[in-house]
Amino acid sequence: MTSLPTSTQRKLGLVIDLDTCVGCHACVISCKGWNTENYGAPLSDQRPYGADPSGTFLNRVHSYEVQPESAPAQLVHFPKSCLHCEDAPCVTVCPTGASYKRVEDGIVLVNEADCIGCGLCAWACPYGAREMDAAEGVMKKCTLCVDRIYNENLPEEDRVPACVRTCPAGARHFGDFADPDSHVGQLTAARGGFDLMPEQGTKPVNKYLPPRPRDTLGQTNGLAPFLDPVAQESKGFVAWLDRALAAL
Amino acid sequence: MHPAPSVIIFTTLSGLGFGLLVWLGLGLLTPTGWVAFTFFTIAYLLAVGGLMASAFHLGHPERALKAFSQWRTSWLSREAWLSVAALIVMAIYGAGLVFWGAVWTPLGWLGAALCLGAVLTTSMIYTQMRTVPRWRTWLTPALFLALSLGGGALLAGQTTLALILLPVAAILQIAWWVRGDSALARSGTDLATATGLGDIGTPRAFEPPHTGTNYLTREFIHVVGRRHAQKLRAIAFALGYVLPILLLGLPLPHVAAALAVLSHIAGILASRWLFFAEAEHVVGLYYGKRT
Amino acid sequence: MPHHQPDLDLSPPVSDEVRKTTCYMCACRCGINVHMKGGKVAYIEGNRDHPVNKGVLCAKGSAGIMQHNSPARLRAPLRRTGPRGSGEFEEISWDEALDLATNWLAPLRATAPEKLAFFTGRDQSQSFTSYWAQNFGTPNYAAHGGFCSVNMAAAGIYTMGGAFWEFGTPDWDHTKLFMLFGVAEDHDSNPIKMGIAKLKARGARIIGVNPIRSGYNAVADDWVGITPGTDGLFILSLIHELVKAGRIDVDYLSRYTNAPVLVNGDPKSPEHGLFLRDVDGKPQVIDRNTGKPAAFDTPGIRPDLHATHRAAGVTHRPVMHLMAERYLDPKYAPEAVADRCGLTVDKIKAIASELARVAFDEAITLDREWTDFRGEKHQSMTGRPVSFHAMRGISAHSNGFQTCRALHVLQILLGSVEVPGGMRFKPPYPKPVSAHPKPHSRSAPDTPLDGPHLGYVTGPDDLCLKEDGSPARIDKAFTWENPLSAHGLMHMVVSNAHAGDPYRIDTLFMYMANMAWNSSMNIGGVTKMLTDTNENGDYVIPRIIYSDAYSSEMVAYADLILPDTTYLERFDCISLLDRPISEPNAAADAIRWPVVQPDRDVRSFQSVMCELGARLKLPGFVTEDGGQKYADYADYITNHQRKPGIGPLAGWRMGEQGVTHGRGAPNAAQLGNYIANGSFCAQHIPEDAQYYKPWNMAYQDWAVKIGIFDRPQPYIFDLYAEPLRRFQLAADGHGERQPPDNLRERIKATLDPLPIWYPPLEDGHVDGEEYPIHALTQRPMAMYHSWGGQNAWLRQIHGRNPLYLPTGLFQKHGFIDGDWARVTSAHGEITVPVAHMAALNPHTVWTWNAIGKRKDTWALKGGAPEAREGFLLNHLIHELLPPRGDGLRWANSDPVTGQAAWFDLRVKIEKVRAADEAHPVMPPITSPVGQGPDELTWKVEK
Repeated sequence: MTSLPTSTQRKLGLVIDLDTCVGCHACVISCKGWNTENYGAPLSDQRPYGADPSGTFLNRVHSYEVQPESAPAQLVHFPKSCLHCEDAPCVTVCPTGASYKRVEDGIVLVNEADCIGCGLCAWACPYGAREMDAAEGVMKKCTLCVDRIYNENLPEEDRVPACVRTCPAGARHFGDFADPDSHVGQLTAARGGFDLMPEQGTKPVNKYLPPRPRDTLGQTNGLAPFLDPVAQESKGFVAWLDRALAAL
Repeated sequence: MHPAPSVIIFTTLSGLGFGLLVWLGLGLLTPTGWVAFTFFTIAYLLAVGGLMASAFHLGHPERALKAFSQWRTSWLSREAWLSVAALIVMAIYGAGLVFWGAVWTPLGWLGAALCLGAVLTTSMIYTQMRTVPRWRTWLTPALFLALSLGGGALLAGQTTLALILLPVAAILQIAWWVRGDSALARSGTDLATATGLGDIGTPRAFEPPHTGTNYLTREFIHVVGRRHAQKLRAIAFALGYVLPILLLGLPLPHVAAALAVLSHIAGILASRWLFFAEAEHVVGLYYGKRT
Repeated sequence: MPHHQPDLDLSPPVSDEVRKTTCYMCACRCGINVHMKGGKVAYIEGNRDHPVNKGVLCAKGSAGIMQHNSPARLRAPLRRTGPRGSGEFEEISWDEALDLATNWLAPLRATAPEKLAFFTGRDQSQSFTSYWAQNFGTPNYAAHGGFCSVNMAAAGIYTMGGAFWEFGTPDWDHTKLFMLFGVAEDHDSNPIKMGIAKLKARGARIIGVNPIRSGYNAVADDWVGITPGTDGLFILSLIHELVKAGRIDVDYLSRYTNAPVLVNGDPKSPEHGLFLRDVDGKPQVIDRNTGKPAAFDTPGIRPDLHATHRAAGVTHRPVMHLMAERYLDPKYAPEAVADRCGLTVDKIKAIASELARVAFDEAITLDREWTDFRGEKHQSMTGRPVSFHAMRGISAHSNGFQTCRALHVLQILLGSVEVPGGMRFKPPYPKPVSAHPKPHSRSAPDTPLDGPHLGYVTGPDDLCLKEDGSPARIDKAFTWENPLSAHGLMHMVVSNAHAGDPYRIDTLFMYMANMAWNSSMNIGGVTKMLTDTNENGDYVIPRIIYSDAYSSEMVAYADLILPDTTYLERFDCISLLDRPISEPNAAADAIRWPVVQPDRDVRSFQSVMCELGARLKLPGFVTEDGGQKYADYADYITNHQRKPGIGPLAGWRMGEQGVTHGRGAPNAAQLGNYIANGSFCAQHIPEDAQYYKPWNMAYQDWAVKIGIFDRPQPYIFDLYAEPLRRFQLAADGHGERQPPDNLRERIKATLDPLPIWYPPLEDGHVDGEEYPIHALTQRPMAMYHSWGGQNAWLRQIHGRNPLYLPTGLFQKHGFIDGDWARVTSAHGEITVPVAHMAALNPHTVWTWNAIGKRKDTWALKGGAPEAREGFLLNHLIHELLPPRGDGLRWANSDPVTGQAAWFDLRVKIEKVRAADEAHPVMPPITSPVGQGPDELTWKVEK
């Protein structure tokens, strides 16, 4: 149903830590693997061994360079998947009701049996979170691994999205944003988690943690002062050694 | 946005078809018999043909009926309803004209309103997209409606109306272009808000996530060269507006009108191609294509 | 309107069964859970119980399903039918293939075993393959370390008994400052990421030293965008600052290193620069308690760093004096080196100061008692919580050995090795030079080699030279040109074999090494050497056998192909006899096992070698009655014993009181036990033995108990590397074995027993004005060498590779993204697409490694971007440096170890018109496996 629920019981989503993401693409492929084998149609690949290979992915890692005014340029790896927005424009534009936001947990899903493949939801999404599968002709998107997070066939510790389970750098966190005491809620509060394109009014559930300040060593910031010599040449240094050993 | 031929043809032709039906419904012309049949056939070929074309870009056209279900929220669903309603009502109204020479005015007025509604809902599909700042303006439905009515008048042989409406549409078109060229910049969405990295410095897209293409790059990232776009705008404007207006002033009204219609359609197709091709979807920011 | 949504099955079945094995999508050896559906591989994830990756898995690992099902898999043994390099083959049976190999190799073994050169590339079964080669009797065996990271490994062994990755790792749980130098992503990749996660979670500082700010350097708190090849100078400058300020751990240095060891100071003595030793050969130190010399390990002594000692008319000074003299020299001052390193003086000083602050002012103490090798009991374990990691980036230079030594010495000066918060070894490491074998090269017909091929030389006497002084090995490892070449020099094999220098060989037998492409410098030259014929029309390298699982570029250049299985179809053994998967707190080894059976006529390489060994009647591979001793590799893994009680796997052996870990007799159920345990076995180190391993008697005793050592062998770290000094002495004319005159000066200059820095050798051979730019490659995190290119998922991420230019260069040449450049080195030129990167050293350009592919290889179609726009820098690099008028051709490698100096490359750049494809263009190769499908809708259970 394409009306958005007025509220959801929980707000499940991800925290993505831009301070920590090393850009390894582990989440990208883990997602591809899980969602090819599971929920809905497989994520297909066109020309997989030819010119212009092009497949469906639900999560991709961009990278940006940021040039501060007076410091070296920084590189930021930037994973991006569906943000499971509270005011998800992709849901309301859907003419068939295939796109919906779950009232239990706020996960935005596509019911593939109802999807006519018009692509309008992808037009409405500012984040590029939805991709039409070229083989199946239906819209694919991040399911927040809805078939993992409640799955009683998985050990409890594995009931997290595949991307979170696999992330080697600990840059992805999963939880309930409706609960301010949750891990994700606290991380967001402590580290200044922010929304992507807040002006679009989508109210994303997923939050991004900014990179911590970089390149502070060697600037006047109260860290250790430069070292003072105990000797300028080896004779004096050897004498210092004797004193140092004697003091032990 | 990717200028998909199906959508360009759909919006152009169905707009014209519905425009013609508006004037028929309003009774500005009340042909009967074969003449009515011809007018309605042209109108339906354009409107239905356009709708059919739009179905081609669906991944699952066989499920198209499901698109009627979400009229509460979805402009596409509303468009489906209004188009079908308009076509049905106008078919009954047209049958009256063709078979019985009867003018059921209230039905015609209702049909005309539904036709305008259909064009309006089509335009709202685009206008509602906050993701495409170039589209998100009242000028979009105004332009669509003006073109539908102006083109419809042209088809209906309503020279006077056409000579009023086409210049109005032309002005709207210019306004739409001028506004559109700075829409993204004024929208407040840029790479800094897209990435949230603006506090650190100036962000710049480095490596794309994948070296190849994907659905998003194909669908949303279409970059038209500035000079190419200006040339196409000139052609669209000349063919879609200027030439038809000039032609309508010529003698030999039938030939001129036919040429005017053809010129108009060609011009509006070009304008519609630009409508999509120049539209900057904000997702392009993530791919470094909007600077 | 009520909100209704579809009913979802939130607990769909995940798989029929989970089979736990070990990944092989790169060199890291993570544990994986392979989810099976209907007997097929459905999904791969990390194994949470595994010591290496603890559940996480990288992109490569998760994409294993695409590698396992790759259309590039070889299908059956192949015999070449067309000319070499054409790719024309016929499929033959295994019987035919093994007959052919036997017929080629048996006569060699009977007459001249050295005519077989057996080199295994990214082989994880080196203890097996070396054993096979040893039994064959050829001295010509090595794996790929020589062109990878031998500088790091050897410098570690020669300095402290191990380096990074398989040898040691930062104490991620305690370290507070982590400094990362140029790294190879496929060396310890997930553990480093997990470590970074731990540091980030507690807000510890990370300093990245790398010309390129990508990957780990992108998340580093501070970036040191150093100029390539100057890392050693930067490190020595840090050492200068720390020594000058007395911010070194004198207690640690006096107890656990050879800083107090007395060195002969008489320039006229044939032992000048060697240690003063007692009658047992033990290095001598001055005991501060008595003021008298004593063996370094005498119980109760307090070694002095200060006093000198005069014996037999010669003054002996502690190593620490020599170090002070050397490193206090103002030529190492930040002011003197900053420009050369591309850094600021303040940055160097700030880093030195921060290292000192964290090491000494934030020291941590664990409340654990332990006893050192001199019998002294310590109440606690104090640590310097700064740690380092480095790999190929500083290693693959011609000054890499000394640079790596400098880094190890820096760690030791800070007292941060094998202490809480510092760098920690992984069993069986630490293992000093003395605990390693020396290299062996004496071969004779029908006889096994006289010992293991590879090892650690302690002086000229250990070199692999023939009676006439010529190299015993085809790769000239362990010769005066590169005496400490502990991993051999695989990158020199093809060119030496082609030149017949030092002698001609008959059969070149290689495994898992793409020597006709990304694993060789000078690709055009190497492929020509592989196909070159003599005056009779015979190939100059008469026979080439190659084993690989995939249709790589190298396949086309072999005469006989032995198709290997994929990593999910085979047994493997990652053994404590080799470089296992241990962690600082546990000795661990691992296996792979066939979680699926091959659907092609292929066999695991090691099983084939068991049969081939038996056919060749190699001792060790036949039973007493001449039958085949090991039916297959699994049989070998279970039943082979290197010495009584010690086999390839340490877990679940048959002890006197039943099944045990460590020492014990073979156990027929062993592999089953491994499989049931997730394909690994971890033996945990007791708490009191977890730190100070080289000196901690509890560790030494534990290591003996589990079979790592035969007896406790505590040792001290070698700040001063005496073996190197022995080569310098020889170059000075001392001793029986003498280097050729043309190498004397170089040996004296580069085999310095204390770390030094000299400019990369290429700088001395090419015109720095003409070629002002450094060119590097990096390994993408989502792609392993050329293997990843066949992977339908990974190749979408890295399907082509631009050359990244720093802002200054990019603007100077007026480039915009999408432009092309001609890149020229002293050796060759390439034409490639360029792109802009701001976070880059201003004199450096770089690209991703091994993305470029030869046309029609790896089952890719002709228009594949890898073969059109993808490119390799290898075309610009030669295995020899350009001539410089001295009549000699110097190898493009480290003069100490022979490590290939990939990263010494200097180039110039010019803008050219956009090209259709990257140049040079090499002609396509006929694919022996056809091409992959046009669409994948992969789902095991539809």
